[in-house]
Amino acid sequence: MQQFFQALTTGLADGSIYASLALALVLIYKATEVINFAQGEMAMFTTYIAYALYTHPHFGHTLPYWWMFAVTLALAFVFGVGLQRVVIRPLERASVLTVVMATIALLVILQGAAEWIWSPELKFFPSPFPTSTWVVGGVHISKQDTGTFGVTLACVLVLWLFFRFTKLGLAMRAGAVNPAAARLLGVRTSWLLALGWGFAAVLGAVSGMMSAPTQFLSPTMMDAVLIFAFAGAILGGLESPVGAVAGGLGIGILLSMLGTYVHAVTPELRLPVALAILLVVLLVRPAGLLGRVVVRRV
Amino acid sequence: MAPLLELNEVSARYGQVAALHGVSLAVDEGEIVALLGANGAGKTTTLRAVSGIVRRTGDVVFAGKRLRGGPEATARAGIAHVPEGRGIFAELTVWENLRMGAYMRRGRRPDLTTVLEYFPWLEARRNQQAGTLSGGEQQMLALARAFLQRPRLLMLDEPSLGLAPLITREVFRVVGDLNEKEGLAVLVVEQNAAIALAAARRAYVLETGNVATSGDADALKSNNAVRTAYLGY
Repeated sequence: MQQFFQALTTGLADGSIYASLALALVLIYKATEVINFAQGEMAMFTTYIAYALYTHPHFGHTLPYWWMFAVTLALAFVFGVGLQRVVIRPLERASVLTVVMATIALLVILQGAAEWIWSPELKFFPSPFPTSTWVVGGVHISKQDTGTFGVTLACVLVLWLFFRFTKLGLAMRAGAVNPAAARLLGVRTSWLLALGWGFAAVLGAVSGMMSAPTQFLSPTMMDAVLIFAFAGAILGGLESPVGAVAGGLGIGILLSMLGTYVHAVTPELRLPVALAILLVVLLVRPAGLLGRVVVRRV
Repeated sequence: MAPLLELNEVSARYGQVAALHGVSLAVDEGEIVALLGANGAGKTTTLRAVSGIVRRTGDVVFAGKRLRGGPEATARAGIAHVPEGRGIFAELTVWENLRMGAYMRRGRRPDLTTVLEYFPWLEARRNQQAGTLSGGEQQMLALARAFLQRPRLLMLDEPSLGLAPLITREVFRVVGDLNEKEGLAVLVVEQNAAIALAAARRAYVLETGNVATSGDADALKSNNAVRTAYLGY
């Protein structure tokens, strides 16, 4: 029992990281039908920006963690909007495949840039949470895991509130459903796409900063995380933000449980398992578990 | 008095194919104008050229100003365009669709009471997914949403498409109401010439991207060429 709950909390913490990255993928996919392959590298790069702030000789160590966190999110937002304006927007009229290729190019460029600026060696990244645990009914609950889960899902929740209750959020949803009609209502959809990229970058920064403390910072640290996030997004349905979050959490829990109970699944096998899930979902239910088919009547 | 909307020698093309060859027409403040013609005559393209969805040459003047820019700019200038296929956000609720109509207006809560005067049934359906409405209801929702834009000109593209005759009549009744009570000018594209001429004060007949005939609706109804070609009697 104890083992089960420990596996569950670890799974939820990892899963929340996958969930936020999966949500970032879905945000961009829903608006443009483009899979942003650079999503993981954007997350990695912004985490390096946080690292640069943290180790800055002047205000680095005087800056409390949460300030650094907030400043990084703001910079990530600007970074995401900027990428859309500079790289993606000129391809507005190009085919989806062209844009996807552009995101792959972006992936390579960002990884190269990070290696060039910060060197490929592993770096320590601080965690805002203590390494101690709470003991509840004999179960050790890691404060690190709980904190990761809490922060990540809080960001997802804020985003959900934005989409659900604000005019701009509504316009972004409308623009994703029917961009031509949204423009006829006076919506500047091109800027809303940039906003979407900004949000995706922010979600990426959160997932990067939350996963760096437990696995060290490196230019390739998000590669595997992105695959897990992909698996989560596909599992939940690429069209469904709720599905992406649920799928990400599901993948986290599943991998953690497999690692605990199925000894054949060693850490090296986590990636193949995730890819297998991805493949099976694509074969059996391509719309994903929560990807609903829109009801239409003529 | 200068007309509310004036097209001056407007041409448009899709790639290599020219769709409009110098169309000139005008819509006055507060009148309903019908744009008739066969399939492919350029009716829809005319509306799309006004909105800036397709590139155009020639002048489009609205309320004394030359229109430029894409559909966002046209909407902001005060033209509501209900496009072919109605442009409903199928995944959003009825209420969210309506709120999108008021997108350009400041303030968080749009005033939806006036719209409910004309479309009272929307209240009961507010939380329904718009894609699950019937065709007629979707057309009405598109009208209501356009009305919430507080436009000076409403452009309707084939409101009767796919609707039963009774529903079509109902749609045109509401359009007539909005025109009469709110003074809304309407430019309506229709295949169904009979119902359009009944609602409109004036009409233009397009043939292969040109204005072939124009005039008062009553005069066109008794024009033999128009009668045989579009009214079928």
